[in-house]
Amino acid sequence: MKTIENVSRRSFLKGLGIGSGALVLAVNFPEFVGMPKAIAAGQVSKFEPSVYVHINSDNTVGIVVHRSEMGQGIRTSIPMIVADELEADWQQVKVIQGLGDKKYGSQNTDGSRSVRRFYFPLREAGATARTMLEQAAAQQWKVPVEQVFAKEGYIHHRSSGKKIAFGELVEAAASLPVPDPQTLTLKESKDFNFIGKSDVALVDGHDIVTGNTTYGYDVDLPGMEYVVIARPPVLASALESFDASKAKAIKGVIDVVALDNLQEPPLFKPLGGVAVIAKNSWAAMQGRDALDIKWKVSEHKVYNTDTYKQMLKDSCDNAEAVLRKKGDVDTALASADKVLAGEYYVPELIHVPMEPPAAAAHFHDGQFDIWACTQTPQSAQNTVATLLNVAPEKVNINVTLLGGGFGRKSKPDFIVEAALMSKRRGKPVKVLWTREDEIKNGYYHAVSYQKIKAALGPNNEVNAWKHDVALPTISSTFAKGANVIGGEADLGLIDMPYDIANVQCAAGKATAHTRIGWLRSVTNINQAFAICSFADELARNAGEDPKDYLLKLIGKDRQINLAEENAKYGNYGEPMEKYPIDTARLKNVVERVAKMSAWDKPRAEGKALGIAVHRSFVSYVACVAEVSKKADGKIKVDKVWLSVDCGTAVNPERIRSQMEGAAVFGVSIAFFGELTAKDGVIEQSNFHDYPIARIADSPVTVVDIVESDDLPGGVGEPGVPPVVPAITNAIYELTGTRYRELPLNKMGIV
Amino acid sequence: MITLTVNGKQHQYDDDENMPLLWALRDILNYKGTKYGCGKGLCGACTVHLNGQPIRSCATPVSVVGDQKITTIEGLSENGDHPVQEAWQELNVPQCGYCQSGQIMSAVALLKSNPSPTDEQIDIAMSGNICRCGTYERIRKAIHRAAQLKIDVKEQS
Repeated sequence: MKTIENVSRRSFLKGLGIGSGALVLAVNFPEFVGMPKAIAAGQVSKFEPSVYVHINSDNTVGIVVHRSEMGQGIRTSIPMIVADELEADWQQVKVIQGLGDKKYGSQNTDGSRSVRRFYFPLREAGATARTMLEQAAAQQWKVPVEQVFAKEGYIHHRSSGKKIAFGELVEAAASLPVPDPQTLTLKESKDFNFIGKSDVALVDGHDIVTGNTTYGYDVDLPGMEYVVIARPPVLASALESFDASKAKAIKGVIDVVALDNLQEPPLFKPLGGVAVIAKNSWAAMQGRDALDIKWKVSEHKVYNTDTYKQMLKDSCDNAEAVLRKKGDVDTALASADKVLAGEYYVPELIHVPMEPPAAAAHFHDGQFDIWACTQTPQSAQNTVATLLNVAPEKVNINVTLLGGGFGRKSKPDFIVEAALMSKRRGKPVKVLWTREDEIKNGYYHAVSYQKIKAALGPNNEVNAWKHDVALPTISSTFAKGANVIGGEADLGLIDMPYDIANVQCAAGKATAHTRIGWLRSVTNINQAFAICSFADELARNAGEDPKDYLLKLIGKDRQINLAEENAKYGNYGEPMEKYPIDTARLKNVVERVAKMSAWDKPRAEGKALGIAVHRSFVSYVACVAEVSKKADGKIKVDKVWLSVDCGTAVNPERIRSQMEGAAVFGVSIAFFGELTAKDGVIEQSNFHDYPIARIADSPVTVVDIVESDDLPGGVGEPGVPPVVPAITNAIYELTGTRYRELPLNKMGIV
Repeated sequence: MITLTVNGKQHQYDDDENMPLLWALRDILNYKGTKYGCGKGLCGACTVHLNGQPIRSCATPVSVVGDQKITTIEGLSENGDHPVQEAWQELNVPQCGYCQSGQIMSAVALLKSNPSPTDEQIDIAMSGNICRCGTYERIRKAIHRAAQLKIDVKEQS
């Protein structure tokens, strides 16, 4: 059933850091199979009990990383997991980037789930190899297998003290039957060498600091042409005419061609436009700027940020799609002693990974060889196959390093452009997006308006919570005309964790005029901003300490069952039994972050704290931000404390770095992030008008990781949502002004 | 024809003289450690040294460079053991790593002019380098660490 292909001589290996002389086999299974396979071949024999791990007779251990590295450290964390169960010598571990291939299961590196979804399969892969090596040694020594154990690249015999290297057992192990996963013994956590430890250096650290890395932008193929595309400024506009004479006069420009217009919905299709083909990046960019293009502007020209904001506001008042309903909010509001209300606005945002999208493709002999900074190699493979009419097996996706992803690079539109252009040119090409392209033609984080109302009793107790939202939906990218949110509701709206008798969450309609996509933590950004801000407002209204009030709002220890409240909750794809919404864990991180930040101690003059907590991607993160006024009167975030409960902490060092990054990402959203549209065109274009946090804006970050044996949760995204409201809550404490609209630089205070 | 001296090595360049050094380095001379981030001198990803001074190569035409000495990340040290590179690794500074060539080149230049900078001086010197992953705090710490290593930070070129 399986085809083993010797790919050792393929040129792409070099670019991915695999040296010459290694035997590398690509194994194609018809489906993802949990069943490990034993393989041995060539002069260097190889024992491959799983698609994730193989051991060579020279003692090296190849560990496949099938997820994309974009800064979260997965090329370090996955090998740590496998090597730990295998008892491998870390110095012998070689990391191999997996091609796009469904045999690995999902490779969709988003949703904060690489460790969450693969922790046990990867441990099983390591344990399978270890068990077979132990069996091979026991057979060789003619001793019971119970008397041998693996440690740091060797199998040891307990009583005699003799040992044998993994590599010497490869041939024998490869001939053994693969053990039933049920029979495997996984290590106890006290015996871990790498998991939960912070001393493993980054796998790519040395290459990064020496510039010896290959990102999508860096791929270089022999005879390659460079392509930069002028895409329609207004989504789905058609090309009317263009004059390429000035572009063609530029030195290095080879040709200029028109692309097919986009037919909505956008999906991951190219946006159309005019492509400039050149001998180098600069010529292609210059050529593109020299084009004179006339567009038949689409209906999306009606998109103007000011009027759209008003439309969203009105839409909140007609929020007919009820997504969670417990009790009767309307009656409770009507009979309340007091109604407290807040309205929140978060503008349209874009990813700005430091590396804009880029992909190289070579169409030859009926197949596509592609190199790209992609979060989703299988989606890229399938999209290219579908749109260019080839079988998926004819599309090879090599995943480079990603110069940041944040969700942008899970949309393979730019990869399809490269494939299309290579086919058209009959040559290898590289399609480069400039910063302007990335900002003006992105998949945007939706602009949103939200209204929250609370019914308060005589003692300021909260009897009802009504949360109405309006924002264009991600679904509109996949179905033209979709105008009510779907999965976004699960990202911090309907899972609001406060213990309130009457709750209603609902969404109004909003037509999208740009491609809407997901950005690091997605709608948790805006929904946590509203909910955590409003919790602070309730505390202030009651004259209580915001931390104490927050704990009171969350209420007693319980697992929230949203199914009982007429809500269909996706729980990030995880079963509720395994990953409940556990209020005890939520309160625990609040208590811990308060203790760590000395919340109860008065601050120095001119400094103030704010607090927020949010569960997302099945992890719990509480944040305290400390803000101060600088000499010029502007506000600065001095310090951020984050307490994170992500269950089992596999790579604490990278968890801390993700939380540090989340703090800075939060500062960018709170202070600077805003895109605006005029007549359907995004007005911003580069870092001068879409600024993000720089070093002087970045706070000192203190991270606390809850020690836990619970199942691993997400890490890459959950740090972001509580940071923004913690900052604005702190600013309220400092200044007495409540900011319900972002970004703050528009208010002149930062 | 221009002779470009990169990391002590001479290259004959006969392409467009208006081409920014960034693209000449990356596409023509194949030094890909220097990165594109904005093309407007706004983000610092393309930082290299010209006669030891940090410049934004995306906004510096080849014609301006002439025969001055260019140092890129690849030329900072033979074995990746420049004190700044060592400090960066010791503290696991990078996340995605894409901006770090530029960060490191700016940090090296800072330490050359100011061997023991304060946080504030670091913030000023590094303000032109954006990191979207948010590694700034570790960059600060790594610059202090590199200063502490007290090793000569003179460039090899």
